[in-house]
Amino acid sequence: MLKQCEGSHAVAEAVALCRPEVICAYPISPQTHIVEGLGEMCKSGELHDCEFINVESEFAAMSVAIGSSATGARTYTATASQGLLFMVEAVYNASGLGLPIVMTVANRAIGAPINIWNDHSDSLSQRDCGWIQLFAETNQEALDLHIQAFKLAEELSLPVMVCMDGFILTHAYERVDMPTQAQVDAFLPPYEPRQVLDPAEPVSIGAMVGPEAFMEVRYLAHAKQMQALERIPQLAEEFKAVFGRDIGGLTHTYRGEGAETMVVAMGSVLGTIKDVVDEMRDAGHKIGVLGITSFRPFPLDAVGAALKNCKRFVVLEKSLAVGIGGIVATNVRMAVTGMGLKGYTVVAGLGGRAITKKSLYGLFEKAGRSELAPLTFLDLDWEVVNRQLERERQTRRSGPAAESMLRDLGTVASKIA
Amino acid sequence: MPLQPVKFYQTGTFTVGNRLLAPEERSVQANMQRTNSLNSGHRACQGCGEALGARYAIDAAMNASNRQLIAANATGCLEVFSTPYPETSWQIPWIHSLFGNTAAVATGIAAAIKIKKQKGQGGDVRVVAQGGDGGTTDIGFGCLSGMFERNDDVLYICYDNGGYMNTGVQRSSATPAAARTATTMPLGPEPGNPFGQGKFVPAIAMAHEIPYVATATVADLRDLEHKITKAMGMRGARYIHILVPCPLGWGTASQDTIHLARLAKETGIFPVFGAEYGELKTALAIRRQLPVEDYLRPQKRFAHLFGKSPAVATIARIQALADKNIRKYGLLDREGSR
Repeated sequence: MLKQCEGSHAVAEAVALCRPEVICAYPISPQTHIVEGLGEMCKSGELHDCEFINVESEFAAMSVAIGSSATGARTYTATASQGLLFMVEAVYNASGLGLPIVMTVANRAIGAPINIWNDHSDSLSQRDCGWIQLFAETNQEALDLHIQAFKLAEELSLPVMVCMDGFILTHAYERVDMPTQAQVDAFLPPYEPRQVLDPAEPVSIGAMVGPEAFMEVRYLAHAKQMQALERIPQLAEEFKAVFGRDIGGLTHTYRGEGAETMVVAMGSVLGTIKDVVDEMRDAGHKIGVLGITSFRPFPLDAVGAALKNCKRFVVLEKSLAVGIGGIVATNVRMAVTGMGLKGYTVVAGLGGRAITKKSLYGLFEKAGRSELAPLTFLDLDWEVVNRQLERERQTRRSGPAAESMLRDLGTVASKIA
Repeated sequence: MPLQPVKFYQTGTFTVGNRLLAPEERSVQANMQRTNSLNSGHRACQGCGEALGARYAIDAAMNASNRQLIAANATGCLEVFSTPYPETSWQIPWIHSLFGNTAAVATGIAAAIKIKKQKGQGGDVRVVAQGGDGGTTDIGFGCLSGMFERNDDVLYICYDNGGYMNTGVQRSSATPAAARTATTMPLGPEPGNPFGQGKFVPAIAMAHEIPYVATATVADLRDLEHKITKAMGMRGARYIHILVPCPLGWGTASQDTIHLARLAKETGIFPVFGAEYGELKTALAIRRQLPVEDYLRPQKRFAHLFGKSPAVATIARIQALADKNIRKYGLLDREGSR
């Protein structure tokens, strides 16, 4: 059914259609509307046979999820930013124990300085935590990926993060096609756990494992993700058969035919990039786009295949690996090892900095002329940076950097280049 | 014929032996059908108070729940000595997640059980969470308090040995004043753990006004079994805090574990009581009050108090703490006792 609704609401409805049995909620922007929506559905009885628990922290949220998932309940939670970092120990534990929890990460920057706006620093900081990470480009995709996520997670006994851009998607009202309960039931079977805390068949879960088997247990986690690499495209096909929508998969190429420059990105920024690429194609530029949906497992082969015929690629990412540059870019470079391609890393949109079509047009043109620096910070205000660096050179007690830089900027509601 | 006084089988502790009791009054441990939830063969130290406490507690909980029990366990001695992969001593469904999240994991288990039961997919399974004092009063305290205030249907059992024994005897917020640990060495003008610090979590649990809070020791095991059974007969958040001497951390002989637990109670150092909805209901009376010195002297962690010149003032401060417990919990008040 077509409807106009907020991204968070669409996700809440989709999660409810998946018949979750335990939901843990702790408020953190910009994820909050999702669990609010689910809480309302639990209260009204629209979502029945589901325990909605208001916990005291994100660490508790993931811990409650661990307990309920290990007891055989389909379990969901959502978080963002500091919340994800606060639960990290339990995040690793959930994947280590092989518990198929599904969690929405409404991507948001990480402080300090504190910032509530969107970038991908939070979930990308958890790239090695053993969870599958799927990135949504649109609200429709966010909605649909949640339905796929439960199936994928439960088949493989692995937790799945569905990552959607905070505010840009979570708070945007868009038209979505909401599936029916019958469709979701046809696609998603009831949860059959591999391991369950059951007095009829007692097992110990979470025993100490020493050097004699730790490597093997860890390898199995990798093997599971490699299985996911095969299952994710199949699930997209199965999904299409039931819902009629081409959603999910590992990667998506847009206007890649004959492209000399390929732009690689994840999440909602792909929409802006595609608009710019359309304009540039009209102007005769040979440019295309590669969107990555599955960041973990990272589809090395699919990325390599999508880029093998281009001359150069630009990875535009909303994250920064301080001290080296890009996170997504590093992964992409691994996929094209030995192909002799020119690669550029562009860090953009940190902390909600707007990524405009104008900036992207200029950026991609520059890349096309091979004039781009290997690492670029899109629309960085060099004047502000240089003033601060100078201040630190001049004065020992230069004070807190962020506050000084804000003072230099004066009062601005939001910075749009 | 002169009156023959009834001769009870005495263990020297006013304890009535099982063989003189009717079968239904006998202890869970006296029953051949006990579950041995924490089975023999585990790797606890000789004389481990925690292993003893856990065996009695979990068997009693199993008995009270019709053997429909799931346990969540914090990281710590109990977890390590009971489950070195691929061996496990647990005869019940058991999960270890992390050091600081056990109460929350138990909340999750309880939530899943509730829904499964509601859907007709599961029976009336009960949940216990257990951890040491570090995992309870320090790192797991946030999750514990959360579980309490939501009144989740979990019995949380804390085995308190007064420190981080698993990592080599460091101070916790349950380490008693003046005790030596690896991080409160008996050096300087105030040797050992400082006075005026630490917290007594049973009192904090009572402040949450949860259905049941109790303390126990491994010296009064019938009392422990009774409290576990009582707790399992109730719903909502319940907390039982058990004093479990640690030969390694306390520097005591392994055969003295129960004796020391008894001394902790008889000196007033450790008040043994039960409370419901935030109100003190019962206290296990001190039978023969003893000076704290009797409790302190056998323990190497207090050895610095008994050198060539005994630390009389420090011992007096500890005595004052015990006296305060006696007043506060009515430990010499026969009428208030169970």
